[in-house]
Amino acid sequence: MSYSKFSYFLSLIVFSTLFGCDTNETLLLSEKSIIYCSEGAPESFNPQLVTSGTTIDATSNQLYNRLIEFDPNDNSIIPAIAKSWHVTRDGKMVTFYLRKDVNFHQTAYFIPTRALNADDVLFSFNRMLDPENEYHEVSGGKYPFFQNAQLDDLIESVEKINDHTVRFKLSQPDSSFLANIGGNSAVILSKEYSEHLIELNAMQEIDMFPIGTGPFKFKQYSSGAFIRFEPHSKYWQEQSQLKQLVYDITPRDTGRLTKLLAGECDVIAYPIAHEKIKQHPGLALESVTSFNVGYFGFNTTKPPFDNPLVRKAISYAINKQAILETVYTGQADIANGLIPSSSWAYDDTIESQEYSISKAQSLLAQAGYPDGFVMDLWAMPVQRAYNPDAVTMAKLIQADLQKISIKVDIVSDYEWSTFLRKISEGEHQSVLLGWSADHPDPDNFFSTLLSCVSSVTGSNRTFWCNQDFDQLIQSALQTDNINSRKALYSKALKLINEEVPLIPIAHSKRYQARAHSVNGKLLRSIGGIDFNGVTKN
Amino acid sequence: MFIFTLRRFNLFFFTMLLLTILSFSLSFLFPGEQLVNLTGQINATPEQLAVLANEYQHQAGFITQYFSYVSHLFHGDMGYSMASHLPVATEILNRLPATIELTSVALLVAMFVGIPIGFFAAIYHRKTPDNIILGVAMIGYSVPVFWLGILAILVFSIQLGWLPSAGQISLLFEIEHVTGLQLIDILLSDSPYKWQAFIDATRHLILPVIVVALAPATIFMRLARTAMLEVLETHYIKAAKAKGLTFWQIIYRHAMRNAFIKVIRDVGLQFANLVTIAMVTEVIFSWPGIGRWLIESIYQRDYTAIQGGLIVLSTFIFIVHIIIDFVYAALNPLAREPRHGA
Repeated sequence: MSYSKFSYFLSLIVFSTLFGCDTNETLLLSEKSIIYCSEGAPESFNPQLVTSGTTIDATSNQLYNRLIEFDPNDNSIIPAIAKSWHVTRDGKMVTFYLRKDVNFHQTAYFIPTRALNADDVLFSFNRMLDPENEYHEVSGGKYPFFQNAQLDDLIESVEKINDHTVRFKLSQPDSSFLANIGGNSAVILSKEYSEHLIELNAMQEIDMFPIGTGPFKFKQYSSGAFIRFEPHSKYWQEQSQLKQLVYDITPRDTGRLTKLLAGECDVIAYPIAHEKIKQHPGLALESVTSFNVGYFGFNTTKPPFDNPLVRKAISYAINKQAILETVYTGQADIANGLIPSSSWAYDDTIESQEYSISKAQSLLAQAGYPDGFVMDLWAMPVQRAYNPDAVTMAKLIQADLQKISIKVDIVSDYEWSTFLRKISEGEHQSVLLGWSADHPDPDNFFSTLLSCVSSVTGSNRTFWCNQDFDQLIQSALQTDNINSRKALYSKALKLINEEVPLIPIAHSKRYQARAHSVNGKLLRSIGGIDFNGVTKN
Repeated sequence: MFIFTLRRFNLFFFTMLLLTILSFSLSFLFPGEQLVNLTGQINATPEQLAVLANEYQHQAGFITQYFSYVSHLFHGDMGYSMASHLPVATEILNRLPATIELTSVALLVAMFVGIPIGFFAAIYHRKTPDNIILGVAMIGYSVPVFWLGILAILVFSIQLGWLPSAGQISLLFEIEHVTGLQLIDILLSDSPYKWQAFIDATRHLILPVIVVALAPATIFMRLARTAMLEVLETHYIKAAKAKGLTFWQIIYRHAMRNAFIKVIRDVGLQFANLVTIAMVTEVIFSWPGIGRWLIESIYQRDYTAIQGGLIVLSTFIFIVHIIIDFVYAALNPLAREPRHGA
């Protein structure tokens, strides 16, 4: 072959390779698929087993449905697999009426023969509740969300009334029950699949090769590298328009940013360089205030913090704005009260505590400490969304309190589990901690953080036990009327502001960046990310 | 030619002997139990260890142990990775093709760009083009590869958004693993998105290939320039001139071919250098090749993987070296039959 012939041949190959191909494909695959750069690998594909945000992001909303879910806009409870429900007058029996058209995923490893029915709901809950269930001990037998919310005590039994009706019997009325059932971990698994795996003698695969009813089905997981989902073609709601959904696991934040800018990812989790993203014409930065709170708590059983005047005085002396800018770099909202503004129980008449050194000094004098005192402040040694840097926050508070002659010793050298054990034993005088809610019911903040019961068994590290407050939150749980609940919680919030067992500091935000071509609501204040209904153009 | 081949195989044999001895002694030099280092069975029970000790003839003398190790190697058994608990051979087979793809494309690019530019510089010896080319070659050779890689990502991925910064292909494309060479696998696959995948994989190749090829290309430039200058000084070129051939006729018909042979001889040597650069580049561009895996293994103190990776990578370089030697011999009769020149 002569040179000219050869080069002609070569250029023919090159041109046909590069240009002569898209005639029958009107859309590129990348235009029909979304790549999400996530921050970590999931621990499991069953959210019943874990509460970590990364795992919830990868599983809950994508692979599964719950009986009821939360409206993404106002967090009210909306029907999902249960088309309706009924709570008896005494609040001790809750009946769910299931939809009849909910199909499980059909995948390479399992082909369902029937639609979802009451047996699947019973199986999903009994796996967690009933230690006798053959799947209870598979994958460790720990169901942290259910056990933390004490649902194993609350739910006496789950009964099948007929094929599409199930009834929960509760040991006592609890208006946060529905919110818990709508939580990320209360997903519905397939009983038929579990039986299929028993036959194959591969029971542990139920959590690694998931079968659910959600908008996407599991296709492939390359450990630590990526997860591939496909749309569920028989989804009971509107089917996703996407061809594929891929989670590209990219733990380094600079790596995620680079991939976003180079167009390798359509959406990235927890972006850095917010300004750069905002300036970029093709990208959008969005955020949602999470259901969490970072707070400064006092050990109310130890002097001088057994005196409410001292606690109030300190609350006047904390410059929350400075903390917000330094510790949260502006990525948070100032906490006026215990609950964030996206909760229905939020009361906008309660204002943020005023910052006033003179008021703090006069209250301190009134309490009998005109010359101040020495206190210790325990700063948590780990990073959390609600408090990204407790030690810096402690130093800012130290400087603030210096102005009213209080000397602060910062304690932060303990390892996290030791730290938690020591503060649960009440060794601290004051502490910087926080709380991320498991579900949007406001009770999840009040009861967990400040009730008398949780000062003994739970996570009330202020050891504050106020009978009036307990009365308020108990009555709020026993009524279903949302307005009366709201009024009761409003009173509870005011009581906290008077008594100051803790000073709420901030509700942090969760950030996410995406290309403009991705449309639809992605972020939820509870339960992370949701690709259902997201489109690309 | 027979003698030539025999010599190369002789060389191959002794190099492999030294390499396996080195790798075998590494298992003694690394901290920890020698048998565990060799097999990678870190969680083995005492019974399993006893079986392994028997298999590797752990009780016998060093020489017997060495031969039993080599026989395991010949059976493709390089032990288990301490980090992933997968067989090292499997891990390497999954990753080596990506490195072969990257390095061979980069080598071709370096040759096709570097050598003609070097010739060009020689033709314009001591004139402006020559000076510019020499200057550029000097800069290209001096630029550290890790810096160049990051700079390329910064400019072409982040600022301009033209080319992808990580991986071998977009995760959207599911390409079946047949040969492991991505571009060939794509052409073999029956995916409806074959051509899109091919373009995507090509786009992923561009930046890493340029980064890997730059330094070798500048070396080829200088080699080609020197070779061409030498050839232009020879008597047969003068004879050709005297015959009345034009300058370009001389270059095309006589000088280029002879200079090319001189360059080819050094390509094999440069390949080792190119693989080293590729290892760093693989880390920067998250290229799923053996270099990145080997560097990760060093971080994770995965001794079995280090030994296996070392042997395979050296063998790969050596085989390429020999192939290039054969190419050189095929092009140059002087090399295969000494009596031609005598």
